[in-house]
Amino acid sequence: MPLVDDQMPTIERDDREISPPTPTPTAPAAIRLRRVVKRFGPLTAVAGLDLDLPSGTCVGLLGPNGAGKSTTMKMLTAQAIADEGELEVLGFRLPADSKQARAQMGVVPQLDNLDVSLTVEQNLLVFAHLYRVPKARRQAAIDRALQIANLIERRTSKADELSGGMRRRLLIARALLHEPRLILLDEPTVGLDPQVRQELWALIDRLRSEGVSILMSTHYIEEAERLCDSVTIMSHGSAVAVGAPQALIAEHAGAEALEVYGSPTRLGQVEAMARDRGWRTRRTGTSVAVLGAGDAADGVLEGERRTTNLEDVFVLLTGEEIS
Amino acid sequence: MATTTTAAPTRRLGRLERAAVRGVMVREIVNFSSFWRSSTFSSTVDPTIYLLAFGFGFGSLVSTVAGYDYIDFVGTGIVATTVLFSGAFPAMYSTFVKYQFQHTYDAILAAPVDTEELVTAEALWIAARTGTYGCVPMLVAVVFGLDPSWGMLLVPLIAALAGYGWASFGIFIAAKAKTIESFSYWQSGLLTPLFLVAGTFFPLDQLPEWARILGNVNPLYHCVELVRHAVFGFEGWADVGHLAFLVAFALIAWRLAVHYMERRLIL
Repeated sequence: MPLVDDQMPTIERDDREISPPTPTPTAPAAIRLRRVVKRFGPLTAVAGLDLDLPSGTCVGLLGPNGAGKSTTMKMLTAQAIADEGELEVLGFRLPADSKQARAQMGVVPQLDNLDVSLTVEQNLLVFAHLYRVPKARRQAAIDRALQIANLIERRTSKADELSGGMRRRLLIARALLHEPRLILLDEPTVGLDPQVRQELWALIDRLRSEGVSILMSTHYIEEAERLCDSVTIMSHGSAVAVGAPQALIAEHAGAEALEVYGSPTRLGQVEAMARDRGWRTRRTGTSVAVLGAGDAADGVLEGERRTTNLEDVFVLLTGEEIS
Repeated sequence: MATTTTAAPTRRLGRLERAAVRGVMVREIVNFSSFWRSSTFSSTVDPTIYLLAFGFGFGSLVSTVAGYDYIDFVGTGIVATTVLFSGAFPAMYSTFVKYQFQHTYDAILAAPVDTEELVTAEALWIAARTGTYGCVPMLVAVVFGLDPSWGMLLVPLIAALAGYGWASFGIFIAAKAKTIESFSYWQSGLLTPLFLVAGTFFPLDQLPEWARILGNVNPLYHCVELVRHAVFGFEGWADVGHLAFLVAFALIAWRLAVHYMERRLIL
């Protein structure tokens, strides 16, 4: 069989730094995309996307369904090849040197792709091999991943006996076996109970505090607001806003929103009034949120004042409600 | 930031690295530990039934075929049938299930493994199984009167080589398939005719010319001939030809499998 091995270089794990490199001015960005375009036939899924992930930070990729988040994620592992633009991950150019980049990154997929007939530990063992963890360190790596994901007690359970939250934790553990410098999380908490979601947030927050670079796609705004140093809001394949959550809120939605309730007719009138005065509005089912009005709304509109949030920004910029 | 240089503390990783191929095979082996019983059963019992049915059924009508005792003829030819059953079919179904339903390949390709390594590892693992399973009906035939010979020691290697080709061909079929139902066309339209026109149960030389020609481009036929000659004595250049055909088949099917799986898995 044409298996070339000995003369081919393989990654020697011992050559690698174990601790994540401290971000220095010369450290390459964990992710750097420039004018990236990806088309599927007539459909342009990603249309000139720029994206930066400075080492050691957590960046959220926010956008409605079909905004190009998943395609972007696939391009970062070279499971989709960009038609145009430059992509660099951990200093490696994609797609040519993608394999080196993949050796130092962990991916938590949106779709559960565990081997269901295997135990928790067997699932991890397989990926310890795939991620080339050397034999002497394999068991320690598995134990460490089990401990981080809080699955020590379940190591002999089969994957299909686990709850949804545990399976997601196992997927995260699987992505951490080789102590990656970068982790891609594709919708990490989709379909999970609120309580389970919070457990996962704690886990992700812990990784971030350990200096791992994280790119997370999500359409849960609260998730991005809590975990991300910076968010990129995507719409129709490109970035429509980039910045820290608080900065984006201040820039696009102002400090406060006025939530006005009423009949659909009344809400229509409120929207017209706000438009005339140059205020931005957002319909949320039973109410209209008026943004950027400040004290000028006193005496004009009756409603409840609340602080603005990232969701306001998202809806204003993408024109789409969160599903 | 604009002057990000290509940081390459590690050397560039090559194609077909042993570590990647081994990683994928480890996954298969660990999974195999949970379903080896059913897999072994279907891969060895089917051909054994064919062996017994033809051996007793046909064998009662004819005593010798093409100069062999019928049990010798069919007991060696059956190796190729096992190769097909335990090579092409598992490759087709398991490949399709792994990329379409279980999304296993998404997870593997997110690790430092390329499609070429993935396909090669899958085919190698199936080839290893085929080399083993291929001998089972032959050993059953030994019980029923096939004389053991030293040449039988080569049979696992021949079965593994042919198995690598058929496994690759199965992966190629799966990569082309849009639905699992479309496998029926390949099975009924191609694999079943090839299975019958392989010289396993009856010799090809009494068949019409078109069937003989079909037989000569049938990798199963070359596998049958090579196994038979390994057991009863090689026939010089003819066997070099059979071997060359099997090697060529394995190489072509392997490249087809890699190419179409790349098209399938990489968007």
